Amino acid sequence: MKVQNEMSMSFESRSSNEGFARCAVSAFVTQLDPTISELNDIKTAVSEAVTNCVVHAYRNTIGKIYINVRIKENFVVVIKVRDTGCGIGDVRQAMQPLFTTAPSEERAGLGFAVMQSFMDKVNVRSKTGKGTTVTLEKRLSCRVGNG
Amino acid sequence: MKISENEDSITVYLTGDIDHHSARGIREDTDAVVQMKKPSVLNLDFSGVNFMDSSGIGFIMGRYRLMSLYGGVVRVVNVPEGLAKMMNLSGLSALDIMERRGEKIESTK
Repeated sequence: MKVQNEMSMSFESRSSNEGFARCAVSAFVTQLDPTISELNDIKTAVSEAVTNCVVHAYRNTIGKIYINVRIKENFVVVIKVRDTGCGIGDVRQAMQPLFTTAPSEERAGLGFAVMQSFMDKVNVRSKTGKGTTVTLEKRLSCRVGNG
Repeated sequence: MKISENEDSITVYLTGDIDHHSARGIREDTDAVVQMKKPSVLNLDFSGVNFMDSSGIGFIMGRYRLMSLYGGVVRVVNVPEGLAKMMNLSGLSALDIMERRGEKIESTK
């Protein structure tokens, strides 16, 4: 599918950047004139993915988080959230609803479940010690012509 | 965030964005009052919340546990339309703490 527009950014895995990340992605996607609900879905999924990097990938350290957003044909948005942190040993287990390795911090264990139900597709690639890339995809209901 | 106290209940008016970053402060402020007053009802009012990710669910679940320790209850009230999807997904409705439609708590705002 042809890429019509693209943006990339990177920032430090500080929790204060969680809001920045979801707002930056949402600002970029706004050019497709999404509904409020679609924009909220994207913001929520990005917030979950970025929080995973802050809480898990770079636990007790500060690393870089890389986000790439591509707008493709037919109003498809593809968002990649990548870190070079600890990686996930068992991706299938990590994606189970209510599974969390940080219960003491009141993590509900819903991050991936939220991403999956708020987006059309979620793909996770991870290598222990190397990092994780979460790819989120959603097709917007296009109300304008060709953005 | 604003907190109001009644005879036997406390209402926390949450505002802005609830995410992993902001949840810590909200949690600390809420728990400080709850542990001091030990109310029988803790109302969490979401009317001023613009955005919430699953950190908000963790916050509610944590307060549910805390109140249970004292034999008190949590009620989640005035949830805006935009947060409904997250609330529904969380399975919190099974705890019977969500405000039912048409049933309003007396506001002390």
